[in-house]
Amino acid sequence: MSIDSNDGAPRRLHPLGVRLMHWTNAIAMFVMITSGWGIYDDYVIIPGLHFAQAVRLGSWAVPSLLWHFAGMWLLAVNGLAYLLYGIITGRLRERLLPIRSSEVLQTVRDTLHFRIEHDDLTVYNAVQKILYIVVIVAGISQVVTGLFIWKPVQFSGGVALLGGFQAVRWEHFLGMTVIVGFVVVHVVLSILVPRTLWAMLSGGPRLAPPAVRPPEART
Amino acid sequence: MKSPFRPAKPPDPAILDNHRPLIRSLERRGLIRGGLSLGALTMLTGCDVDSSASIDKGLRLISAWNDRVQAALFDPNKLAPTYPRSMVLKPPKFNAYYDITELKPVDGQTWRLELAGLIKDKRPWTAERLATLPQVDMVIRHICVEGWDYIGEWSGPTLRSFLERVGADLTAKYVAFKTADDYPSSIDMATALHPQTLLATQYAGETLADPFGFPLRLRMATKLGYKNPKWITAIEVTNKYPGGYWENLGENWFGGI
Repeated sequence: MSIDSNDGAPRRLHPLGVRLMHWTNAIAMFVMITSGWGIYDDYVIIPGLHFAQAVRLGSWAVPSLLWHFAGMWLLAVNGLAYLLYGIITGRLRERLLPIRSSEVLQTVRDTLHFRIEHDDLTVYNAVQKILYIVVIVAGISQVVTGLFIWKPVQFSGGVALLGGFQAVRWEHFLGMTVIVGFVVVHVVLSILVPRTLWAMLSGGPRLAPPAVRPPEART
Repeated sequence: MKSPFRPAKPPDPAILDNHRPLIRSLERRGLIRGGLSLGALTMLTGCDVDSSASIDKGLRLISAWNDRVQAALFDPNKLAPTYPRSMVLKPPKFNAYYDITELKPVDGQTWRLELAGLIKDKRPWTAERLATLPQVDMVIRHICVEGWDYIGEWSGPTLRSFLERVGADLTAKYVAFKTADDYPSSIDMATALHPQTLLATQYAGETLADPFGFPLRLRMATKLGYKNPKWITAIEVTNKYPGGYWENLGENWFGGI
């Protein structure tokens, strides 16, 4: 059974399975980040930095913990499904690789000149690729550091490797800031180029099959 | 005919007009809040939604599921890391659901440890008799659910040696505690039998001070701080889920680390 049935028609940029996992992940991240802020406030890492009740999920620490340890299942199961799907279908490699240094420089130059057109939705620029890889790695890191904070005795070897219990708390917090930073950029850009947002709802343009080329094109 | 329920003198319609924006904003806010929680809850449980009570119920069901996952993750043979004595914090941190000024010390002379439930010999214990059991010393990390931690040195008999001595049913599910500060607590039998689960009577080589549970408290290297009741007055072995102070308010029951 395949998640994206294409019935012979060229597959879409974002097959149904990817769209479902994307929006499930959006909900899971919302739950994890806002409940995490509630847990953070119970014993802050950075003196003076608190999160207001309005942005926290859970009216006090215990409900925030309940949300966090419920949301973790949605995040982990959906994230695992996404990674498996991306690896098995080759989507991750197709979308995110290769990254060329000349492309990175060109994209940064363009962005600094406020040229952020995204005419061909099916091709990611080098900076997009880097951002997506960073957020995927940050997501995996959050699951690992989260597991270590939850079970520092059962995973005492891993905790020692990452510098001890309080160090892992810091790493979990920094992982959150990386992800929140990504979300801000991601949402702002999707609003600036609304076709990308529509594509994640409708599936986007159909992709030309890359492997099959008409015979006359060969020279 | 005029309805008998209608007041003889209707209220001034201007009152409603004056408050219309307020009423409208209340309805809108309620709708937004309801919509948000509806979306979140259906994601999590798929059950019908009435109020925040059903969200709470759904979250507690998942928390109970997490208890089972934690019991599966718990390795009865794995020892928590121990630390050099030089790292021990003196005195330890006071923490309770009330302020230290409301502390009610226990009189060690009249104190008795009562026993109940699936235990053969239910005669109460004195502090002197507890001291005759083999004493174990451990320097372990205390981790609070809030996120802070410290290294502490605890001594006393293992709960396992105590349970064996009194003839407790070691196949029972729960060991429950009653305390002098009305902080009921309970743990799973697997953790109760872990070699780093002590009935602590000493801290850093000295008799427990009043704020830290004199004369007897539980100290487990494999559970969060709130799972360790202080000023213990009774122990019960049971198969009926006993709950606990924070657990009854929604905190996770297993609380393993």
